[in-house]
Amino acid sequence: MVRKEFRQLFRDPRLARMVLVSPMIQLIIFGYAVSTDIRHTRTFVVDHDHTRASRELVRSFTAAGYFKIVGRSERSADLVNAMDHGSATVGIEIPPGFARALTAGGEGATVQVILDGTNSNTATVAQGYAERIVTAYGARVAGSRFVPPVDVRERAWFNPDLASRNYNIPAVVGTIILLVCLLLTSLAVVRERELGTLEQLRVSPLEPWEMIAGKTIPFALIGLLDQALILGAAVLWFHIPFTGALGLLLLASLCFLMTALGLGLFISSISTTQQEAFMSTFLVFQPMMLLSGFMFPVSSMPAAFRWFTLLNPLRHYLEIIRGIFLKGAGLDALWPQYGALLAMGCAVMWLATNRFRRISG
Amino acid sequence: MGRSGPGLNRGRLLAIARKELLQLRRDRRSMWMAFVLPLLLVVMFGYAITWDVNNIPLAAVDLDGTARSRELVDAFRASGYFTVAARPARVREVEPLMDRGKVRVALVIPRGFAADLGAGRTAPLQVLLDGSDANTATIAMGYTQGIVRSYSNRVALRASGMRLPVATRSRVWFNQELASRNMIVPGLIPVIMMIIAAMLTSLTIAREWERGTMEQLASTPVHRLEVVLGKLLPYLCIGIADVVLASVVGVLLFHVPFRGNAALLMVLATAFLVGALGLGMFISAVARSQVLATQMAMVATFLPAFLLSGFMFSIDVMPAPLQAISLLVPARYFLVVTRGIFLKGVGVHVLLLQGLLMLAFAAAGLALATRAFRKELR
Repeated sequence: MVRKEFRQLFRDPRLARMVLVSPMIQLIIFGYAVSTDIRHTRTFVVDHDHTRASRELVRSFTAAGYFKIVGRSERSADLVNAMDHGSATVGIEIPPGFARALTAGGEGATVQVILDGTNSNTATVAQGYAERIVTAYGARVAGSRFVPPVDVRERAWFNPDLASRNYNIPAVVGTIILLVCLLLTSLAVVRERELGTLEQLRVSPLEPWEMIAGKTIPFALIGLLDQALILGAAVLWFHIPFTGALGLLLLASLCFLMTALGLGLFISSISTTQQEAFMSTFLVFQPMMLLSGFMFPVSSMPAAFRWFTLLNPLRHYLEIIRGIFLKGAGLDALWPQYGALLAMGCAVMWLATNRFRRISG
Repeated sequence: MGRSGPGLNRGRLLAIARKELLQLRRDRRSMWMAFVLPLLLVVMFGYAITWDVNNIPLAAVDLDGTARSRELVDAFRASGYFTVAARPARVREVEPLMDRGKVRVALVIPRGFAADLGAGRTAPLQVLLDGSDANTATIAMGYTQGIVRSYSNRVALRASGMRLPVATRSRVWFNQELASRNMIVPGLIPVIMMIIAAMLTSLTIAREWERGTMEQLASTPVHRLEVVLGKLLPYLCIGIADVVLASVVGVLLFHVPFRGNAALLMVLATAFLVGALGLGMFISAVARSQVLATQMAMVATFLPAFLLSGFMFSIDVMPAPLQAISLLVPARYFLVVTRGIFLKGVGVHVLLLQGLLMLAFAAAGLALATRAFRKELR
């Protein structure tokens, strides 16, 4: 049965290629493209002051690598234009008399920093950098007279360079397994129905559980293969630290596979055509991915959604993967996630088997 | 193919459109997909999903226990970015909290903090971040620095009346409250349209093949462009309805500003849709099976539109090869259009380049679909 399923799957070499190619594409995109680091922000400078002090301030903006000057002008209208066109996302405007106000005491000088809020994330971070640079510049100008009374020292644990790659790539494992298992399982069973071969299976001497196992095991194996592929690439190619126990990860993957396969079976049991199965898979996969913490932090969601995500197996699985990968966490820290996955896996499987039994015999 | 005369016959075109519409009405789940998926995505992104990082769980390790140190912890809480989730008595207790993900940031105020400040010495402060979530950690670091800096300046001003000689006045344009919703909702329109358009049409030709109706179509005296346009028309209507739906929900439910010209948005959306629908049809003709076609459509449209369009991840920081690929992602240009029209209120003069590229995309989509179709008929 398992063998037959494999043969059927690989009869269409393009489908087989999809199964292997799409994880690789995702991996490359998430490894290289998806970066939330803010560097070389395109900056437009309007310097009305033309003094050494103003030029020095501009230089300190570029020195740290966060800002890249893409244009200079003496007219504010040019800045407006650059922001409208999106050719600059940050504007620095130094008012006339900046140098004088800097040394005259009193209210002090001001620098106007204009941010393109269209991309709120970039804007927030760039604002922080800009303020830090101006403060440091101010402290330098004030010389020994001003010492900031508090000195913060930051240290990032688990991922000292704060590389977003280390966070993203392990999570790709979860989404790929989910997609592969959901899609292939749901399509395979529906195909039998479409082709009318489900009737044949019904009269065969196979037990229902044997049928289900035969239908799901090949896809579970493909899911695991994809996982091994991604893990290998993550560690060997992207140098993502793997600090935890491999066995623990495998255990989590098996629990998660159960939920994914169960969901796939369930979808196939409520669909009559491959097309319907595909659409349903997409409609289920989308929210699961978006509400998993894969790309968007769960902690920022409204409370109702945060509770809702507890029902999302992908969320628990991602917490386990990231915990094992980056923190080297063990069962003592991760047992709630394991418990949740196991419970959901059993529930979904039970549900799917029941429905499946109804349609197949 | 020399059967049909030059020029398009409107009657034949509409007949094909009607037939396609009938078929579409029978395909209930595709219709679901066409209207429910955009709504689902807009509502989810508008409501639940945000790049804004707030309510970061913080562990306050106050080893000083003075009025000064409590004041600093209060400054963190008052900022709204952090919630104090734990108050461990020792630094050692921070690690298990971070392992379990109970806290993401720990603020360690050493003993003697108030004494240092009082004596005019620089008081050290330690902040530990959970770097496993690099995005949250980077933003949290920025917030921390802002809060400590303003606290520090307040202390300095109180102590010596001295202030820094220069101050920053930040102003945010286009999205004053820096709500990620305002950037996400207009950005979703290109992404949704790309997926839906390509997926819906990716079925059309493959379906004819699977049902064996392709021969029938081939034997009727229709021009191939008539077939392509006729098949496109119903989906174009759905696509435009989706754009309107997403925009209305964004503006009415989520109060996303709409500052530009709606007519311009519709014109450019139409061009974009024609291109995407044509691309889907091309995929459909190449794949020949519905299942393969939808999957190819997903890989060819969904992933690039989602990840390489600048929807969520800034193209500026991508490596050069990926930046080059993103030039071929039409959603990238349409994204500039939707955000420009929604948030910046810019007009044709600013969006001219994007508009032309979109028209080119439409022409390319139609050409690809027509060509692929001709090959099929032979």
